[in-house]
Amino acid sequence: MRNKDIVSSDGFEKYLAQKKKSKRNIMLIQALILIGGIVLWEVLAQMGIINTFLVSCPSKIFELFIQYVKDGTIFTHIKVSVWETVLGFSIGTILGILIAIILWSSDTLAKIMDPYLVVLNALPKTALAPIIIVWVGPGVKGIVVIAVTISLVTTVLSAYNYFINVEEDKVKMLKSFGATKLQILTKLILPSNIGNLINITKINIGLSWVGVIVGEFIVSRAGLGYLIVYGGQVFRLDLVMMGVVVLAVCALVMYQAVNMLEKLYYAKSNTHK
Amino acid sequence: MVIELKNLNKSFYTDEGELKVLQNVNLALEHGKILGVLGPSGSGKSTLLNILTNLIKPTSGTVEVNGKIGYMFQKDHLLEWRTIKDNIMIGLEIQKKITPQAVEKIDRLLKTYGLWEFRNRYPRELSGGMRQRVALIRTLATDPDILLLDEPFSALDYQTRLLVSDDIYKIIKQEGKDAILVSHDISEIISVCDTICVLSKRPATVKAKYEIELTIEGERTPLVSRNAPEFKYYFDLLWKELEMYAQ
Repeated sequence: MRNKDIVSSDGFEKYLAQKKKSKRNIMLIQALILIGGIVLWEVLAQMGIINTFLVSCPSKIFELFIQYVKDGTIFTHIKVSVWETVLGFSIGTILGILIAIILWSSDTLAKIMDPYLVVLNALPKTALAPIIIVWVGPGVKGIVVIAVTISLVTTVLSAYNYFINVEEDKVKMLKSFGATKLQILTKLILPSNIGNLINITKINIGLSWVGVIVGEFIVSRAGLGYLIVYGGQVFRLDLVMMGVVVLAVCALVMYQAVNMLEKLYYAKSNTHK
Repeated sequence: MVIELKNLNKSFYTDEGELKVLQNVNLALEHGKILGVLGPSGSGKSTLLNILTNLIKPTSGTVEVNGKIGYMFQKDHLLEWRTIKDNIMIGLEIQKKITPQAVEKIDRLLKTYGLWEFRNRYPRELSGGMRQRVALIRTLATDPDILLLDEPFSALDYQTRLLVSDDIYKIIKQEGKDAILVSHDISEIISVCDTICVLSKRPATVKAKYEIELTIEGERTPLVSRNAPEFKYYFDLLWKELEMYAQ
């Protein structure tokens, strides 16, 4: 039915070529900015214009990175932080969605909880981190709880909002067949919101990283946050910078993994955003 | 009588006070007939249907329904992530009545009404008229005796609308269902219905009742009905009825 009027033509080929070219140009400029920035940083550092004690320099950071790779310590730190983050956003997302489902199923409960959720949402959760460490204890457990705390409330609020905003008439359609609340949930509310739930997961990855790094700053013996805060305390800026770069790469990889899952889902379900 | 409403009243309570929507409504649907309910917008037509489907309770009065009710909505409300066949199955799925016979019946409906080739397609691949046909078959799949049609054509463009109302009329007659059609479109309601009840403005009550008798050679369909000599007479009659409320 669709696209039957679309044919290939010379004009179309030209259009495709042009589109490809502009995409390539943008990627080229992006790469140039990154490489140019690194080269400029290195050159300025070598010439002594900027203070390497304060900002380090790319070659030193790279050397340090190689050294950490060789003795394998970097992988230990990455493993700890990534594991904490994965636990953090998985628990935060799943628990948050479950709570949102409970709120969706009871209007009264949702109304009762509303002010508490609003206050909790407005509160910067990092302020709770020291208390959590004291209550739950240091180590992976405490850090994961901090990560969960940060993502949980926003997950509850946004998932709940998505759930109650599903078209009222579609709910009525299911009810006209005699659907129970559970059937409405599994046949309409959840499937119509899969895209939104994937988006929530994406946001939670970022939030969990914040929680993990904050947790590791407070008390930890390993992890990327530990590397960064340790480097800062002993004024080894190359260590700090390396930690940040590795952290950025880890976060990016995780984000892209979810992106791919999302693409896979849309390709499989044959629906569009 | 398939459906009989006696002295039906319905009020809603808002922060401003009581809002009387239905007042002393008396309606009856005979077997083998299509009853039209015509009324100005906001006259409580949907409230009436919601009471019939038991989605809300009347404030007072009696509701007698002899048979199972199927509801067809203004919009098709097809679920985008389900194929056409899965959309049609949803009613049976909810009622946990998926049997080989039920599936066979759905296959027959799909074949009879020209949707068989589309059974594995998704709703967005279908035109508005076809989607509405799928919605009707979804309702028919649970084997209702009575169909409630809530302005089922109003979301379609004019030409599609004429064709789809012809289509759906034939399906209703062929499957031997009774139906109530709620609409504010005068020519549509004359072309489809056997009896027409006109509702007044809020609080709605049945102001007038007309039996539609058209001189038609051969089989009656909505498109043929529009060419009947009496069509204009009924149109003027109902137009005047509605006009009184517009003032």
